[in-house]
Amino acid sequence: MIPPMIATQDLTLRVDGRLLVERLDWRVNAGESWCVIGPNGAGKSTLLRTVAGLRSPDGGTVALAGKPVGDWALPALARERAYLAQSRGDAFAYRVIETVLMARHPYHADRYWEGSDDHAAAEAALRTLDVAHLAERDVRTLSGGERQRVAIAALLAQDTPLLLLDEPANALDLAHQVAVTELMARLCREGRAVVSVGHDLNLAWSGATHALLLNGDGSWHAGATQDVMRPELLSACLGHPIAAIAHGARTVFLPDAPAAITHLAPVRTTQ
Amino acid sequence: MSVLPAASRTRQRVIVLVLTVCALLALAAAGLAGSVPVPVADLPQALASVLSGAPDTMSATLLDLRLGRASAAFATGAALALAGVMMQALVRNPLADSYVLGVSAGAAVGALAALLFGAALWMVDLGALAGAVGISLLLYLLARRDLGGGRSSGREAVRTGESGVLLLTGVVLASACMALVTLMLSVAPESRLRGMVFWMIGDLAGASWRLLPWIVLGLAVLLALRRARALNVMALHADAAVALGIDVGAQRRFLFLCSGLLTACAVTTGGSIGFVGLVVPHACRHAFGPDHRILLPAATLVGGSFLVVADTLARTVLAPQQLPVGVLTSLIGVPVFLFQLHQLHLRRR
Repeated sequence: MIPPMIATQDLTLRVDGRLLVERLDWRVNAGESWCVIGPNGAGKSTLLRTVAGLRSPDGGTVALAGKPVGDWALPALARERAYLAQSRGDAFAYRVIETVLMARHPYHADRYWEGSDDHAAAEAALRTLDVAHLAERDVRTLSGGERQRVAIAALLAQDTPLLLLDEPANALDLAHQVAVTELMARLCREGRAVVSVGHDLNLAWSGATHALLLNGDGSWHAGATQDVMRPELLSACLGHPIAAIAHGARTVFLPDAPAAITHLAPVRTTQ
Repeated sequence: MSVLPAASRTRQRVIVLVLTVCALLALAAAGLAGSVPVPVADLPQALASVLSGAPDTMSATLLDLRLGRASAAFATGAALALAGVMMQALVRNPLADSYVLGVSAGAAVGALAALLFGAALWMVDLGALAGAVGISLLLYLLARRDLGGGRSSGREAVRTGESGVLLLTGVVLASACMALVTLMLSVAPESRLRGMVFWMIGDLAGASWRLLPWIVLGLAVLLALRRARALNVMALHADAAVALGIDVGAQRRFLFLCSGLLTACAVTTGGSIGFVGLVVPHACRHAFGPDHRILLPAATLVGGSFLVVADTLARTVLAPQQLPVGVLTSLIGVPVFLFQLHQLHLRRR
């Protein structure tokens, strides 16, 4: 039997003593696209970083392809999973093509220069993300959305069976949000596994096959989207009433009744 | 579109070749120029006798003295520029240099203490080395987390590496050292003050042939070039570097150790020479781009040549009066730096 791409057992996550996720048993198989949903500070990024091997679990285990994540050699791990960080601070004036070529590093760290195969992979990734025309630009001069697409292109060039994305739709315009969501769905059909954190329920519904809800108090729900993305579960998770409305063959998620907004303090007006 | 795979390789070779020729020209100029010029026609023969180890003619003796000083200048400038590139990659800030982390300030405390007590010249060098190494160790202990010191933290160190603990600790240690330096300067007797001030500004007047800085420099360049690709990824983003299979903690420790050693070597030879470690990497990045595979050799060659030219000017401009070379590097460096910064600012708007 093929081991699952990600398997966590009793995974517990804490940040500064605060319990975020308790005893998470979670399996992600090849061909599945997972969205991780939860309120701010619920531990979505922490979970992603833990699975990526960038921090150690506070309890329990994480295994990638059947092997505990801490046992992977770093270069081999880099050929297994790619990770999109939530934000990037560019200190130096690298060109776009250079940042994407760097994603080829795990394949031949011993080469001093990239080969033509690396260039081919990088340029294909740039074309897929519709940023080929920016190849020679200084990354620091890009707009937020362009920079995000270049970062996703680098992820593609890394060419791994598992992709972990922290808010890939950040800063993207509507068309590119949809395009990236479709791209991730296509990668899953090709047999890869995708886990992405996101706040847009409609994008998650249209792109993902499975969902993981983190409630922020340690509890969680995992399963196929139609089982987990139910209004009552989502409302409890996000702390705001959410309605699912059938619109033809599609389902649309909307925040319900503005009168029910209780979790924000009322705006005080001074006379 | 974009570059062909072979193009960047060719580009690096051309850049390194041109810069090597520039460096040789700078060294030749340093050998020929002075209050008693060496005629160009005498150069091949004099050079041959210097290399054979027994300078017999007037020209050969002059060349021996000047080239000795120029070689020390080259090694010092190259070490400072290379340390600057490494330090900037380490803290991911193009405005950092090894002086910011207090290594040279520590060296100044050691050297000035030796000068204050009227110690021999080798004691001054030893004091500078001890000060530089001492501050590096202290910095390492205080910012260990930032450098991924502890066990199994190669992966954990990532986040902390972004926090700037190392940079801030270095800045604070540097100001503590400067306070000590000021204290020593204020209590020093008049007769020793001049030597102390000259050391502070950076002076190559006493420098001659020396092997050790060249060995350290050569090793540092070789080791750094092997890691140039990893440095690129780290300079881009620390989180991405770990995700791409780079042991960031180990690389950061290497950068710290290497730049500390280079700085210690440089200050022991020439005192605290300012601006080379900041301006040269900056100018090279501006001219050749931030790719460390090109930047590392380029900055090394440019840094060496820059200090050779500055030192040659320092001893010829007001000859027979000799200026401390640190004054010239700052006088040349500051306007160049400001000009570039301003240009960049305009272009980005």
